Amino acid sequence: MTETPLIGSYPAGQGGAPLNGARIGVVTFPGTLDDRDAARAVRVSGATAVELWHGDSSLGGVDAVIIPGGFSYGDYLRAGAIARFAPLMAKIVDAANSDALLPVLGICNGFQILTEAHLLPGSMIKNDHLKFLCRDQVLRVENNATAWTNAYAAGQDITVPLKNQDGQYIADEKTLDALEAEGRVAFRYVGANPNGSRRDIAGISNAAGNVVGLMPHPEHAVEAGYGPGHTGTDGLGFFTSVLNTLLGGK
Amino acid sequence: MSDVSTDSAQKFNIDTVENAAATPDVQLPWAELGLKQNEYDDVVKVLGRRPTGAELAMYSVMWSEHCSYKSSKNHLRQFGEKVTEEMKKDMLVGIGENAGVTNLGDGWAVTFKIESHNSPSFVEPYQGAATGIGGIVRDIISMGARPVAVMDPLRFGAIDHPDTARVMHGAVAGIGGYGNSLGLPNIGGEMVFDPIYQGNPLVNALAVGVMRHEDIRLANASGLGNKVVLFGARTGGDGIGGASVLASESFDSTKPSKRPAVQVGDPFAEKVLIECCLELFKGSLVEGIQDLGAAGISCATSELASNGDGGMEVELTSVLLRDPTLTPGEILMSESQERMMAVVSPGNVAAFEAVMDKWAVEYSWLGEVTGTGRLIIKWEGEVIVDVDPRTVAHDGPVYDRPYARPDWQDALQADTFTGSVQDAGRPATPEELKAAVLELIASPNMCSKDWITNQYDRYVGGNTAMAFPDDAGVVRVDEETGLGVALATDANGRYTFLDPYHGAQLALAEAYRNVATSGAIPMAVSDCLNFGSPEDPDVMWQLAEAIRGLSDACMELGIPVTGGNVSLYNQTGSTPIHPTPVVAVLGRFDDVARRTPSGWAEDGQAIYLLGTTAAELDGSEWANLRGHLGGAAPKVDLQRERELGEILINASRDGMVDAAHDLSEGGLAAALVESSLRFNTGARVALDEVAARDGVDTFTMLFSETQGRAIVAVPRSEEVRFNDMCTARRFPVSRIGVVDAAGGALDIQGLFTVPLDELREAHEGTLPKHFG
Amino acid sequence: MPRIVVDVMLKPEILDPQGKAIVGALPRLGFNAFSSVRQGKRFELTVEGDVTDEILAQAREAAETMLSNPVIEDVVNVEVVADQP
Repeated sequence: MTETPLIGSYPAGQGGAPLNGARIGVVTFPGTLDDRDAARAVRVSGATAVELWHGDSSLGGVDAVIIPGGFSYGDYLRAGAIARFAPLMAKIVDAANSDALLPVLGICNGFQILTEAHLLPGSMIKNDHLKFLCRDQVLRVENNATAWTNAYAAGQDITVPLKNQDGQYIADEKTLDALEAEGRVAFRYVGANPNGSRRDIAGISNAAGNVVGLMPHPEHAVEAGYGPGHTGTDGLGFFTSVLNTLLGGK
Repeated sequence: MSDVSTDSAQKFNIDTVENAAATPDVQLPWAELGLKQNEYDDVVKVLGRRPTGAELAMYSVMWSEHCSYKSSKNHLRQFGEKVTEEMKKDMLVGIGENAGVTNLGDGWAVTFKIESHNSPSFVEPYQGAATGIGGIVRDIISMGARPVAVMDPLRFGAIDHPDTARVMHGAVAGIGGYGNSLGLPNIGGEMVFDPIYQGNPLVNALAVGVMRHEDIRLANASGLGNKVVLFGARTGGDGIGGASVLASESFDSTKPSKRPAVQVGDPFAEKVLIECCLELFKGSLVEGIQDLGAAGISCATSELASNGDGGMEVELTSVLLRDPTLTPGEILMSESQERMMAVVSPGNVAAFEAVMDKWAVEYSWLGEVTGTGRLIIKWEGEVIVDVDPRTVAHDGPVYDRPYARPDWQDALQADTFTGSVQDAGRPATPEELKAAVLELIASPNMCSKDWITNQYDRYVGGNTAMAFPDDAGVVRVDEETGLGVALATDANGRYTFLDPYHGAQLALAEAYRNVATSGAIPMAVSDCLNFGSPEDPDVMWQLAEAIRGLSDACMELGIPVTGGNVSLYNQTGSTPIHPTPVVAVLGRFDDVARRTPSGWAEDGQAIYLLGTTAAELDGSEWANLRGHLGGAAPKVDLQRERELGEILINASRDGMVDAAHDLSEGGLAAALVESSLRFNTGARVALDEVAARDGVDTFTMLFSETQGRAIVAVPRSEEVRFNDMCTARRFPVSRIGVVDAAGGALDIQGLFTVPLDELREAHEGTLPKHFG
Repeated sequence: MPRIVVDVMLKPEILDPQGKAIVGALPRLGFNAFSSVRQGKRFELTVEGDVTDEILAQAREAAETMLSNPVIEDVVNVEVVADQP
């Protein structure tokens, strides 16, 4: 396993903002559940978590944004379908598509929101076994060149919790072919496919690599004792990756 | 429904207090609402006149068994009486509030409670189980706490009965669908299959919450002129199917023909309500708060008013309705979910409204706290309720139901398993014993519950230090210090059927042991007493004995009952369920990093068995598998449990054990298999010596359910210290084996070796086979 | 192939959280005309050959007993839809 660099290991002042000044926004919608967990992961990685409210009209100058998991608006219409129309989402979409390439990570419901907002292609439907599934899941890092995966080795296997009801990733064959051809499949499920996702896809990125979405929950694998197998911290790399990115490394 | 006139006065023939006084001879449907003649007479006596329709609605729901505890109250008193000063030391709020509150130290407090939602879960399993979670979570919020975890003990009918799948799929999906959407980790529970629960499944739900001491809120309406507000979901006809007799109040023919008895949960609304309430608490914007559950507004207004220092006056037409055809009585009785009532000082009204607006939660101001001591409810200004709130909320009827030891109890207890027809061919050879172990761990009650628990989010919140299949759920409370809590729920209906007094104690003993096994210090108890009809003297005896046994045992173990719930009338025809007192024990950790998981992972660690084993197979899982139920429940030795608990807690705190698993249902056989499968690490075990010490055969060693036992895995470096500690306490301990990572099997020397894969297949295959 | 369409709705008196969430979101997008939303389920039962009265009766029975939960739902419509091109 690749050792995840801790904040103290980074040399200061290599361009970009100093690390302790990195401000990462965590968006809360009505029905968001894992916002505190995402904020904790940001803090554990050494950056500052900034609370963002779905109704805000400004990103408050954050350096990156995490859209955490949950059931925004109960996911009653479709997962993420109502949340994508939140005022803040328009700002996030603009910033992600701008030259500044704001790093955006969508986890679980956040991934669903990003697909509804068309920042990422495809969609999620109900798991093929029709049940909510919570388990520790092995993922393969297929692309370690994104803003959120550069702390991992390509091909590395990591274990993070998976927990969802609507986690089956689908897209048309053309889109799937394109995603694979462009190296935009960021993660695949290893072992038994937990939900019927096409081509075992667990997470994808946009073409520029600043926007990443995945169904499993890296923010629940950042503290030993509270993650997979009582010890797992494989998820921390997401949060240190974005610090690398912000430092100007990528 | 938009064609319904909003001019209510035209729709209803409102029965005012004035009218009631003037028309004493009007006949009211009190019997249809469940009141007995003597109870109705009491209402008339209390009021000095006949009640209005609205008053009748309030009294009938508040004086129901469910709300008034009229059959159990006289017995439940023991929980408050058998308490020492020492036990009260950490009790910040005792029985009687929505949930008890226990001091956790460092300025933290914890509140937890377990409740039943049995009958709704049989009618509509998904919604019944979902709203069970919703209700218990609102109890926790209303104490001022942030809910941090839930648990759900479940008991269904026979695993292969066609209706069991309906209830199972519905209830599990409901618990998951609701609980997962709230962001509360589900950290444990139970799953028992027994035909006795076929027509009366037990769906109990526990919630735990934490708060700073200064944030504790109580359900009282104090402060003259303070405002009363109802917020959350709108009020509909949910759960008032039985109240449709009150339709006589209505002249309107457009109302729905049938009021739904099924309450539908909206977890999104509940999640928003949680966050909204926490923001209210943070800003100290409410003086008192009460959740709306059973008996809805009737309960909330009468409880708040009677616990306060004055009275209350509310205007019922201010209640926001989902169904505009509801009559006043129906509004008062509605059990619509996701509602709260609060008392707000006039100075905080604007700030309160700002919080509501932020979370898009609907609210309506209903009235205010008065100095009259009366609860006055008006309908468009006319008084329809004028009562002393205590008479509604607290001074309901109390019954001394007759009870007697059933005449069949002696015969039942004389019918021991050993030597019975069902005991014929007891496994003795190595092959038979191996087959018996595999049969046991694949059996409905002992098999892996992953199929269920994998449908629950155990991670959300990021503070879950342990969850199923470990013995107790463990949650971190303080991220800086690691301060946290452990929780376990247990019950054994078969033991309690054989011996209600000791069966209830065994439930407590097991929950206590599970908490101690995790390394936490047991502190407090909540119980959910599931029984049959109290009007059956046999059942009433079971209930009385169980309460007496449980309260005695709490006293002996030094942990108080802080709250709970009684669920009666769980029976099909004249056949009651087994008496099933589900007991939840809460424990405290200085630092949850010390928690001890139930399985071993480190090669070479020594496996010790704590306690001694006697031939106790009556009521056991093995006897159950052979279709036998009779004899004596396992012996209870609470002193022994306490000593065992101290050893396990000290061993955890001082790093002497890396794994610990209590021995209960399924005995040593189940524990060895579960501890091996937990982290997929095998073990080599020898039982001859310890069996010889205890004077039992190998079968008994493996399958007996003698209490006060646990197995632990001890690092080599700690063995001397661990042995010394046990010896100093004169607690029986025996080294029975060693963790063997390389072997990939559970090897019981001289008997058999089973590869872990084979154990896993047997253990994990059962639920998927039956439920897909 | 002809299809039998079955529409199932929650009974009017039963709370519909889904509809409630949607009606709350509509005005935020400028859709102000709708005071209530109820979300239902549509089933399409495909039939090999003609839809006889007997088959339609079967569909009705399936709708009442299996496709809907009579405790909380009503079958509001059962109709035959002709083959689509």
